[in-house]
Amino acid sequence: MRRAVPLVITTIVGATFVIRYFIPHYPFNRLNDWFSDWFAIVAACAIVLGALNLMRISIQKVVRGKPAWGYSLVTIVAFLLITIVGLAAGREYRGPDTAFSWLYNNTYSPLSSSMFAILAFFVASASYRAFRARNLEATLLLLAAFFVMLGRVPVGYVLSSFMPDGYRLTDLAVWIMNVPNTAGQRAIMIGIALGIVSTSVRVIVGIERTYLGGD
Amino acid sequence: MASREPTSDDARVRKAPVISGSRTALDRSRLGLSVALYVTVFLFLTRASLSVAQAQPPGVDTASLSPTDSIAPPDAYPRPVPSVTAADAPNDNGGSVDVTWEKSPDDADGGKVRRYKIMRAEAVGGRPGEWTEVGDATAGATRLTDGNTQDDRDYFYKVVAVNSLIENGAARWRAVAESMVAGPVRSKAQWFDLRRVNALVGVTLLCSLLGYFITRARSGKALFIRKIAGLEAVDEAVGRATEMGRKIYYIPGISDMDNMQTIAGLTILGRVAEVAATHDTWLEVPVCRSMVMVTAKEVVKEAYSKVGRPDAFHEDQVHYLTDDQFGYAAAIDGMVMREKPATMFYMGEFFAESLILSETGNAAGAIQIAGTAAPAQLPFFIAACDYTLIGEELFAASAYLSKEPKLLGSLKGQDMGKALVLVAILAGIILESLGVVDFSTFFSIGE
Repeated sequence: MRRAVPLVITTIVGATFVIRYFIPHYPFNRLNDWFSDWFAIVAACAIVLGALNLMRISIQKVVRGKPAWGYSLVTIVAFLLITIVGLAAGREYRGPDTAFSWLYNNTYSPLSSSMFAILAFFVASASYRAFRARNLEATLLLLAAFFVMLGRVPVGYVLSSFMPDGYRLTDLAVWIMNVPNTAGQRAIMIGIALGIVSTSVRVIVGIERTYLGGD
Repeated sequence: MASREPTSDDARVRKAPVISGSRTALDRSRLGLSVALYVTVFLFLTRASLSVAQAQPPGVDTASLSPTDSIAPPDAYPRPVPSVTAADAPNDNGGSVDVTWEKSPDDADGGKVRRYKIMRAEAVGGRPGEWTEVGDATAGATRLTDGNTQDDRDYFYKVVAVNSLIENGAARWRAVAESMVAGPVRSKAQWFDLRRVNALVGVTLLCSLLGYFITRARSGKALFIRKIAGLEAVDEAVGRATEMGRKIYYIPGISDMDNMQTIAGLTILGRVAEVAATHDTWLEVPVCRSMVMVTAKEVVKEAYSKVGRPDAFHEDQVHYLTDDQFGYAAAIDGMVMREKPATMFYMGEFFAESLILSETGNAAGAIQIAGTAAPAQLPFFIAACDYTLIGEELFAASAYLSKEPKLLGSLKGQDMGKALVLVAILAGIILESLGVVDFSTFFSIGE
């Protein structure tokens, strides 16, 4: 029963959603909205589980003095602080002059922006490794990247300005992006679409059961 | 049908005087004079209005005239649209009527038609009731969908060709010509979207191939499945963690359980957890969605039980961090730099955090295997990870790792589907190049 019921539900819901795509008539046209609403409701309830899990593990770390317990302490303090401040502000907690907004704008936003900004340095280090001409494929990648980058900056335009229109570095960059790059992306997308259909069929007919915890 | 409606200027209402008191001779003579005066005034006004009606071509759109509007010149009136049809909009869930019309003969460059107004009237006793404007189309248009109908009611439609003179943002005059009335028509919902027949054929074909190869695999016939380097390395990666005595980190992406990539990622998690449990290596799964946490916990728990190590499973192995994208990335980066895991798996849907995570893992010296169907993140994973499952390989991973005939059969069916797509592409190239047929239309799907 523990396996059969979820499998039956999965099969019925999965098959219904496949059929739904081809039937515009009520109630099929509303299924997507209904399920989205229910998913949002269930996910909203599940967030409590997540928050409790986070607090339980963090408190355990602090109490037991596990390695790096200080970070867990910061997590607990931050969690409680933002929760209490948010609840104290009531329904208008998002207002511009609330303490919640102040915390959001002066702690969360800068931290989040900083993480995103780190990406620039990671791109540089990853590019350095990826563009080393170790073999033919890597060399082709390096050349393509070189021409695309050069073709998208003013110096690239200046360097090839003597060339006839359509043969400048700018045009080469556009061609690389529109032709080989797009062709590659589409090939990947076709594979992904087939993979999704295949996996969906496996899940719907009950062959794939790992997501339920196994066979 | 052109028509004229009275303007505010010529619609002056006068109150008739109340006649009262005793009917004396004087009163009677006054009454006679008054009647004669009113008759004279009435006749004068009637003649005047008739002469105005004859002088002005019909069709002044008085309803939209402002106090500054003046009457349109006689030659400004467009000819009405020759024909109008109204029909239920096909392939929808009702509530829509398609109105199509032939352009007015005066609808051309520099012509007398500026736009078309689409008017609708609900049927009252089988005849049009009050007309209301339901849409507006620029000159040259021949179609408009009225998406605001009720399926249990009949409607009539007409199209009004409008010419106007706009000065300083205000209409000086407008001249209109109304079409014949089309209808009655009633919108209704359809039970099949005919625009998606090609998708149905494609899905049916693919499902048939999957079914055929699954059956064939069940019967014991050997199937050749090409090697996927990233999946071949799973055992090696887990073994490395075992030898080094360090953790394995498994990141199932940042999407929720409604995403197919997350589901694919969790199916791989089950296989990885089995290997980790067998090797008695600590597998840690930090997640950023509560529902993923619940599911992943169940998957890992079952995997440990399956290999006979239920005691080795700890609830804390799968834990929630935060729903926030960069908060999640920051938390994992911190844990990775502190704990230096030997192996990291990234299986699911990733966005900008992909490179932040994988570069940190690289800096920590972990062997990294990534898999995603997000094309924009693939280059980052390829640059930063040791092995990357590209697109479809993510979805094939579970079947590949399990080696179960049924699942491998579905992989073969998927490959045959890809072969069919390849044939279609080649046929399209040839047919489109030769101009034989517009092949791409066979693959367009109505939205």
